[in-house]
Amino acid sequence: MSSTTNSPTHHTSTIGAIGAPSRRNTELALLVFAVVIPVFAYANVGLALNDSVPPGLLSYGLGLGLLAGVGHLVVRKFAPYADPLMLPLATLLNGLGLVVIWRLDQSKRLSNYAEAAPRQLLYSAMGVALLAVVLIFLKDHRVLQRYTYISMAGALFLLILPLVPGLGANIYGAKIWIKIPGLGTLQPGEFAKIVLAVFFAGYLMVKRDALALASRRFMGLYLPRGRDLGPILVVWVISILILVFETDLGTSLLFFGMFVIMLYVATERTSWIVFGLLMSAVGAVGVASFEPHIQTRVQAWLDPMREFELSRAGVQDGVVHSEQAMQALWAFGSGGTLGTGLGQGNSDLIGFAANSDFILATFGEELGLAGVMAILLLYGLIIERGVRTALAARDPFGKLLAIGLSGAFGLQVFVVAGGVMGLIPLTGMTLPFVAYGGSSVIANWALIGILLRISDTARRPAPAPAANPDAEMTQVVRPS
Amino acid sequence: MNKPLRRIAIFCGLLVLALLIRDNWIQYVKADELRTDTKNRRVSIERYASPRGDIIVGGNPITGHATTTSGDFKYKRTYKDGPMWAPVTGFVSQAFGANQLESIEDGILTGNDDRLFFRNTLDMLTGKKKEGGNVVTTLNADAQKAAYNGLKRQGGKGAVVALEPSTGKILALASYPSYDPSSIAGNSDKDAEAWKKLDKKNNPDDPMLNRALRETYPPGSTFKVLTAAAALEDGLYTDPDAKTDSPDPWVMEGTTTRLPNEGNIPCKNATLRVALQYSCNTVFGKIGSDLGNDKMLDMAKKFGFTEEQYTPVRSSASVFSDDMNPSQTALSSIGQFNTAATPLQMAMVASAVANNGTLMKPYMVDELQAPNVDTIEKTEPEEMSQPLSAKNAQILQSMMETVVDKGTGSNAKIPGVKVGGKTGTAQHGVDNSENPYAWFISYAKGADGTAPVAVAVVIEDDNAVRDDISGGGLAAPIARNVMEAVIESKK
Repeated sequence: MSSTTNSPTHHTSTIGAIGAPSRRNTELALLVFAVVIPVFAYANVGLALNDSVPPGLLSYGLGLGLLAGVGHLVVRKFAPYADPLMLPLATLLNGLGLVVIWRLDQSKRLSNYAEAAPRQLLYSAMGVALLAVVLIFLKDHRVLQRYTYISMAGALFLLILPLVPGLGANIYGAKIWIKIPGLGTLQPGEFAKIVLAVFFAGYLMVKRDALALASRRFMGLYLPRGRDLGPILVVWVISILILVFETDLGTSLLFFGMFVIMLYVATERTSWIVFGLLMSAVGAVGVASFEPHIQTRVQAWLDPMREFELSRAGVQDGVVHSEQAMQALWAFGSGGTLGTGLGQGNSDLIGFAANSDFILATFGEELGLAGVMAILLLYGLIIERGVRTALAARDPFGKLLAIGLSGAFGLQVFVVAGGVMGLIPLTGMTLPFVAYGGSSVIANWALIGILLRISDTARRPAPAPAANPDAEMTQVVRPS
Repeated sequence: MNKPLRRIAIFCGLLVLALLIRDNWIQYVKADELRTDTKNRRVSIERYASPRGDIIVGGNPITGHATTTSGDFKYKRTYKDGPMWAPVTGFVSQAFGANQLESIEDGILTGNDDRLFFRNTLDMLTGKKKEGGNVVTTLNADAQKAAYNGLKRQGGKGAVVALEPSTGKILALASYPSYDPSSIAGNSDKDAEAWKKLDKKNNPDDPMLNRALRETYPPGSTFKVLTAAAALEDGLYTDPDAKTDSPDPWVMEGTTTRLPNEGNIPCKNATLRVALQYSCNTVFGKIGSDLGNDKMLDMAKKFGFTEEQYTPVRSSASVFSDDMNPSQTALSSIGQFNTAATPLQMAMVASAVANNGTLMKPYMVDELQAPNVDTIEKTEPEEMSQPLSAKNAQILQSMMETVVDKGTGSNAKIPGVKVGGKTGTAQHGVDNSENPYAWFISYAKGADGTAPVAVAVVIEDDNAVRDDISGGGLAAPIARNVMEAVIESKK
C-alpha cells in the first residue's frame, strides 16, 4: 500500500481515529438542530405568506424528526463509529429543501405545477430507508469490491436506459429521465453515479500499480504507456456519448471528473489530471461545435440577457431559449446581502424547475448572500467529512470509494450551484438533498449511507490485542 | 495515497471557494444593478405594490387607485374625467409604462424619490407602509372643463391652453379627441386591446397626442400680434393710430406675387389698430418684410419660439425660420410659410402682451408633496423674457381690445370685462387644399388692469365647411368660456 511509504506525520489521522469515542451523542444533539431549524423556517414561511403558522407544521416537524430519529438509531446500532456530522448535515439540507419546495408550492405563479413538497417528503423517507438498508445489510464496504464488473455493467445499463425508445423522456432538451408508468420519472444517472464509483474503486485498486509505475518521464510529467491509456479513453468516450445522446453536460462532466479524481488518487500521478483536463476540454469543445443544445447553454451563460430577450420575443430557431438564467440572476441580485425573508421573494418568476435545478436561486433571494453562503458551507462540510473519511479509511478500496463519492458530490454541487449563479454554463442537475427530485434525494441518501459505512469501519477501534502472558514483554505495534 | 487525497481536499475547497466568491459577486457587488434592472419584474411589482400618490387640481385629486385581483401588480391607477385631464396627467400603465406628468414625477408619486428617502426609512422603522407623494398642479378645474367641453362640442380636433399671465401658471390644457388613461392602466387583455385601439396606426385621430403641447400648427393671423410687437419695439411704427406705409395691393419684394387680403377690407395705409382689427395681410406682411428676417426671428425667440418648453412636460419647439428672403419673411410674419406654433406658444404670446410685456415661464406643477402633505418642492414663478416694453405692451393691448370690441373677435366679448384678442385662420395643405385651422388668442383684463387669464384655442376641423372656419366663429366662443370660468372662479 502506497501510504506506507509516506512520511510518519501522515499517519496521524489514522492513528488518531483509533480509540476515538463514537460521538453518537454529538450526532443526536446536532440532529436536534437539523430538525428544529427547518421547522422554524417552515413556520416562518407560513407566517410570511398567510400570517398564520402553517397547519402542517406539526406533521411536518414530526415527519422530519422521525426521519432523523430513524437514521440516528440505525447508525447507532449498525455503524456506531460513523462520522457524526454527515447525518445532521444531510438532514438539515433535506429539511431546508423541503421548506423551500413547500414555499414554492404556495406560489400562484407556479400553480400549474403539481404540489411537490408531500412527494419530496415521501422521497426523503425512501432515501432514509435506503440509508438504513445500506447500513444494515452492508456490514463491510469491502464486500462491494466483489461486484466490480457487475457494477460496470449495471452503471452502463443505467446510463443507457434514458435512450431506450418509449422509456426515455426528453424534458426541456435533456434526455436523462426515464418514465415509469404510474410512478413518474426517474433519473438513472443519479444512481449510476454511485454504482460507477464502486466500479472505478474496484478497478483502480487492482490496476493502480500498473497505471502508476509503468510510465516514461517527459517534461516533468509521467506519461502513461499507450495501453494504459485504455481505461481513461473508454470512460472519456462514454462521457462524450452521454453528452451527445443525452445532451447532458452536467452528468458527463460529473462522471469524467469523478474518474479523473479517483485515477489521480489511485496512481498519485499528476499527469492524469493534466490528461483529464485536456480530454474534457477537447470533448466539451468538440461536442459544442455541432450540438445546438450545448451552444445555447453556453450563449445563455455568456449573455443571459440576450437569451431573456430571445425567449420573450418568442424566437423560433430550433433551440429552446430560456429566460431562466437571467431570472435566476435577478433573484440572487434582488436578495442582496440578507434576502427578502422566506416567502417574500419573487424567485417563482423562474417558472419551470424553480424548485429543482434552480432552487438555490430561491435561497439566494429569500435568505440572501448570508443564507447561500451558509448552504454552500454546509455542502463544503459534507465534502470535507467525505474526504476525511477517505483519509481515515484503512483499505485502498475504501479510500477510493470514499473520495470518488465525495468528489462526485462536490463536483455536482459545483456544477449546479455554479450554473445557477452564472459561474459556468448551466446544466440540468439537481442540488443534492435540497432540490426537488426523487432520484436525487434517494441516491444521495444512499451515498451518505456508504460514506457512513466506510467511516464507521475507519474509526472503529482496532480489536484489543489478545491476552498474552508475555504481554509485558511484547511491544504493541499499532496498525496504520 | 493520502497525498493526492489532501490535494483533492484542497481542490474541493477551491470549488466551494469559487462558488462563495461568485455568490458575493452577484449578491453583493452586482446586487443593486440586478435589483434595479428595469427588465427585472420585481421593479414593476414594487412600483405597483403601494398606492400611487395623486395628481391634484384645486385641492381635489383627479387620480385614484384600484386594487387588481389578477396578476402580481397590486394597485393600478384610476382617473377621474380621464379624457379631460389626460393632456395634464399623461398615463401610467402596468403594461405600457408611463408618460408626461405621471412619468416625470414618478419618483414622488411612487414614493421612491431621493427626497423621500429619510421619511421612507423612518416609516420602515415604525412599520408604516410606503406611500407615494402628491403632485399639486396649477390647473383650474372650471377652466379645464370649459376648454374640454368646448372642444368636445365642436367635435373636431383641437386644443386649448390657458395661462395666468402674471405667473405663467397653466390654468387649462385640453386636447381633443382625447382618451381615458384608466382604460390602459392595467395589464389585462382588455387594456392591451384599448392600447391597440389608441395606437396612431389604428386610429387616425391619434387621441393620445397631446395637441396642446406637442402639435405645431401654422398660427395664421394670430401671429400678427407678434409682428405688431416687433414693429412697435423696433420703432418702425410708434403710434397705433398713425397711417402706415402700406400699399394695397402690395407686391412682395423680389417677386411678382401680390399678397392678398381676405375680402374687401380697408387696408391701404391702414393704421396698426385698423390693420389688426381687419387682419390686413398686406400691412403685416410688409412690416415683416421691412424689418427683415433677423429682427422678426429675434422677436419670435423672445416670445419662446424655436425652443422646447418644460412645463415640466415637454412641449414641441415652435418654428420661425432663419435664412429667409423678404417675401418668405413677409409670409412668415402673417403666420404662414414655415411658421408653426404650439397652442402653448400662442398662449404665451397673448400672456406676455397681457402681462405688460413680461413673459413668465409656463408651468403646471405648483407643488410636490410628501405623503403627509408636507411641501417638498414649490415652483416659484420665473420671468422668461421681456419681449416688449410695458408701454408698447399697453399699446398692443389697446389694439387687441379693439379687435374684440369692433373687429373679427367680437364673439369673445364678456360683459363687464375688457377682452383683447386676435383671430386667425391658417391655411394648410398643398395649395391650401385642406381646411384651414381656426385660431383665437386672447386675454381678459380685470378692473385693476391686470389680466387673470390668457388663452389660445386652435380647432382643426376636417368636416366643417371651409367658409365656416374662422377663428372668430369656432375658436373665440371657447376662449370666452374659458376666460369666464377663470374670472368666475377668482370671485
